[in-house]
Order: sequence, then C-alpha cells, then structure tokens
Amino acid sequence: MKKSSIVYYIIATIFSIIFGYPFIFMVSTSLKGNMEFLQESIWSLPDTYKFINYLDVLNSGFYQYFYNSIFVTLISLVVLVFISTLASYIITRIDFRMNKFVLATFVAGMMIPIHSTLIPVYKISRFLNLNNKLIGLAGPYIAFMLPVSIFILSGFMESIPKEIEESAFMDGASYFQIYTKIILPLSKPAISTILIYNFVQIWNRFVYGLILISSPEKWILTLGLWRFQGEHGFNVPYVMTALTLASIPLIILFILLQEKVVQGMTAGALKA
Amino acid sequence: MDSNDFGLTEFFSEKTQKKLRFVLLGLIPAYIFYLLYLIVPIPLSFYYSLFSWSGIKDLVFVGLENWQLVLQDEIFWKALSNNFLLVILSLLIQIPIGLLLGVFISKKIKGYKIFRVIFFLPYIMSAVAVGILFSYIYDPNFGLLNNLLQMIGLGSLQSAWLGNRSLAIFSVIGAISWRFTPFYMILFSAALVSIPQSIYEAARIDGARGWQRFFSITLPMIKPTIINACILSLTGSLKAFGLAFTMTGGGPNHASELMATYMYKTAFTDMEMGYGSTIGIYLFLIAFSISMTVLFFSKRKK
Repeated sequence: MKKSSIVYYIIATIFSIIFGYPFIFMVSTSLKGNMEFLQESIWSLPDTYKFINYLDVLNSGFYQYFYNSIFVTLISLVVLVFISTLASYIITRIDFRMNKFVLATFVAGMMIPIHSTLIPVYKISRFLNLNNKLIGLAGPYIAFMLPVSIFILSGFMESIPKEIEESAFMDGASYFQIYTKIILPLSKPAISTILIYNFVQIWNRFVYGLILISSPEKWILTLGLWRFQGEHGFNVPYVMTALTLASIPLIILFILLQEKVVQGMTAGALKA
Repeated sequence: MDSNDFGLTEFFSEKTQKKLRFVLLGLIPAYIFYLLYLIVPIPLSFYYSLFSWSGIKDLVFVGLENWQLVLQDEIFWKALSNNFLLVILSLLIQIPIGLLLGVFISKKIKGYKIFRVIFFLPYIMSAVAVGILFSYIYDPNFGLLNNLLQMIGLGSLQSAWLGNRSLAIFSVIGAISWRFTPFYMILFSAALVSIPQSIYEAARIDGARGWQRFFSITLPMIKPTIINACILSLTGSLKAFGLAFTMTGGGPNHASELMATYMYKTAFTDMEMGYGSTIGIYLFLIAFSISMTVLFFSKRKK
C-alpha cells in the first residue's frame, strides 16, 4: 500500500470512531439492563441482549409518538408538495409580469429565524383554535419549508424547455392540465429531492411541538423523546433505547437511498 | 379574488383574465401558509414588544421600554456573545474538518461508501436526539468522554462538561460541531466531484504535487462552495437552539445561553411574552441584517 493511502485510512478511521462510536454506544447500551450498565464498564458489550427494553419503551407511549409523527409529517408533505409545485409552476411557466417579485418574496423567507416567529405562531394557533392539535403543527411546518421548496422547484422547472407545453396549449389544454399532465411528471427528480429534504426536516422538528402541544397523547416523536429523558433520565439503557428507536427510520431511509438523501439534504444549500 | 375586483375587466382579454385567475388561485394557498406563519409573525412580534404582557393578563403599553431593557440585560449580552463564539468556532472547526472529510470521500478510495455512511450519520439525527446523546457522553460519572480520558491516562482532565460554567458553552459547541460537520463534508464532496478530472491531469503532467494541486486547483475551484458554506454556518450559528436547549437549557446560570434559548425561556417558561418578543425581534434584526450584508457582498463579488 502507498504511504499516502495508509495515512488516509488512519485519519478516516479516527473520524469513523469520532462520528460512529456514539452510535455503537447508543445501540449497545440500549440492550443492557440498568444494573448492568451502572456496575460494569461502559465499553463492554451487553451480557445478554435485552430486547425487552424496546418493548418497554414502545409501550410507554412511543407507539403513539411514532403514529403522531408519521401522521403530521405525511399531511404536511402532501400539502407542501402540492402548493409548492403549483406556486413554482406559476412562477416559472406563466408570465404575469410579477414573477420575479413573487419568487423573491418567498426566497426572502429563508432568512427569517424560526424562533423570532414563535410567540406570534403560538398566539395565532390559539386564535385559530389549533393549539394542542396535531393538525395545528402542519401549518407552521408547511410555512417554514415553503421558501426552500419553492426555491429548489422553481430552479428545476425553469430549466424545462418552454416548447414542451406549447403544443399542449395549441390543443386547448388548460393551465391546470399542463401542470398535472406535463410539468409535474417532468419535475419528478426535483420533487423527490424536496420530499426527502422536507421529510428529514419535519420529522426532526422540535420547537413547534414544544410550544403548541401539551397533551401527552399528542406528543410527536422529538417531544416524546425529550419528555422521556426528563422522566427516565436515570435509566440510561431506556433512554438509549428511545434514542435508537427514534433514529431508526432516518438511518434506514439514509442507508436505502444514500445518493438521493445526500443530494436532497444539500440541494437547498448548493443553489443558494 | 376575481380580476373583477380591480374594475379592470374591460382592459383584459378573456384569455388574460383566465390566466390571471389561475395565477391568483394558484398562489393563494402558498401565500396563506407563508404569510400567516412566517411573515405576519415578524410585525406582530414587533407589536408585542411594545407591551408588558404575561401571556394571559392584559397587555400594558410600555412603548420602547422593553427595547431599552434588553440592551441593559446582561443575560442577553451573554447570549449574544455566546452566539458569536459559536459563529467563530463553527467556522474554524466545521468548515476545515468538513473540507478534509469531503476531500477524503470524494477520492473514492476503497471503502469510501462505508466511511461516507458513518460520517453522515450525525447529521441525519434530530437535534433533540443528538442533544440527549451528548448529555450522556458528557456525563461526569458514567459519560463516554470522562471514561475515555481515564482510559488513556488523562484522568486529570475529567470534568463536569456541562455543569462547569466556563466549559458548558464549549461542550455545547463541540456537540453542534459533531452534528453539522458532516453537512459541510457532503457539500464539499459534491463540489469536488464536479471538478473536471482533465484539469488535474494537465497539472500532473506539469509536475504539480498533491499539495500544490490542492492549493492551486482544488481550493480556487470550490471557492464559491466555501463561501456558501461559511454563510450557512454563520446564519445557522446565529439561530442555534435545539442542541443547547436539550443539553443545558442555557445553563448553568446562563453560561451556555444563546439568543434563541433565552427568548424561548423568557416567553414560554417565565411567560414574559412582551419581553420575549423583544428578544425575538432583536434576534431577527441581527440574523436578517447579517445575512443580507453577507449575501450582498458575496453576490457583488460574483
């Protein structure tokens, strides 16, 4: 082996330990008993694999948190994809003289810090009677992901040749038909990018749940995780089990769709 | 929302009317969400900042008193300086290490795919999960870090990483760097892969060595991405919340307070909504004006 590639592997291994070992610690601790964790070395592997921890944690409310997170993430994604593709279609394919202005108004939203909006969002949600309702989380989720979604989608739709819809126009197709029959199918790569990006962002979001949801049966996963740690913090294996459970969907998604995820997670940034 | 509303019907052909109606109807859903939850909150926050208001009780108009009080608030200044510390250390840690790792995985040496998966894992987890994980890594008794120090004979360096007032903010920044460095790695590797190989071959024929090639070709080629990464790191650091909130809650005694955690606690723990709104508006003004300035200069350079 060349000297340079030995150096390469040494450095890569060091960083693999830095980034990867906390996950090994998380998963291996999640399979220990609490007494075992307290008495034995933290580096040791579990004596017996206590998969029962997973059942205990799931039964303590995590089934519900999973369901809640899936529910609100799905609804947000469906609405978000519909309204952001429609808006991007209008901004990039229909000339109404204010196209650039409309795009700019949305892009400007990327610079608003989420925490500056929290008090008004809390008040608005109460006013609309949407506080402490799962569906009430969808509004802020959608709004917050709109700017970057429209930004990515309109960048992509801009590059579709104009001639494509012209003949459809001649045949008398309506704007809406062109949107559903031509532009949406052609935009599939960009749509899958924003789907992955928004899925990860919305799934991981915490602060809106923190201010808008109070009833335990409506907690989303991040909120449930945080409360669980507050309550069971002394039982480290339980907390690690909860962490592993909460991270599994994203880790699976990432391993299955590596290229797509990597592309999706950086798409907004690369074009900015 | 018909074009009739503008009394201009006779000036528009039927075709134009149809078009404008579609444009309006199509943009309305996006604007409803966008305005209601993202834009209107900013002027509304400004309005709330003019009142002394404990959430439930009546609003008492106090003018700009809150604005003055925040400027005299030592905790706010502590939070602001912590945010700037985070900005600087993020730039110094995340960007260079991200670049180094980006170079590694874009070289596509055997096994690079496995390394990429491992390196990227931290970024895929939620801030809450990373925060909780790190509060156990930093735990003084059974934490990974103290145990590691013990094992390699540096037991004297063991500390209460999150409980010690002068260390807490650095521990939080360590966890933030752990989570976000992979993001910059991916950003850089995408830029590196897009550099045409022919350029390197020409340089190799000219006899340029590895390091020379890196500084004379690679760095200039990915300069726009580096600038981009710095902007993202800067704006992200000003807005940071989740990790600090779950690890220390801004403590001990505000030692690791950030603008966003201070705003959250003032508004939703102490229920001082007027004062919290003022902190929120300051956060907005600082983040927005810095983003605009940086964007302006980076665009002008292009």
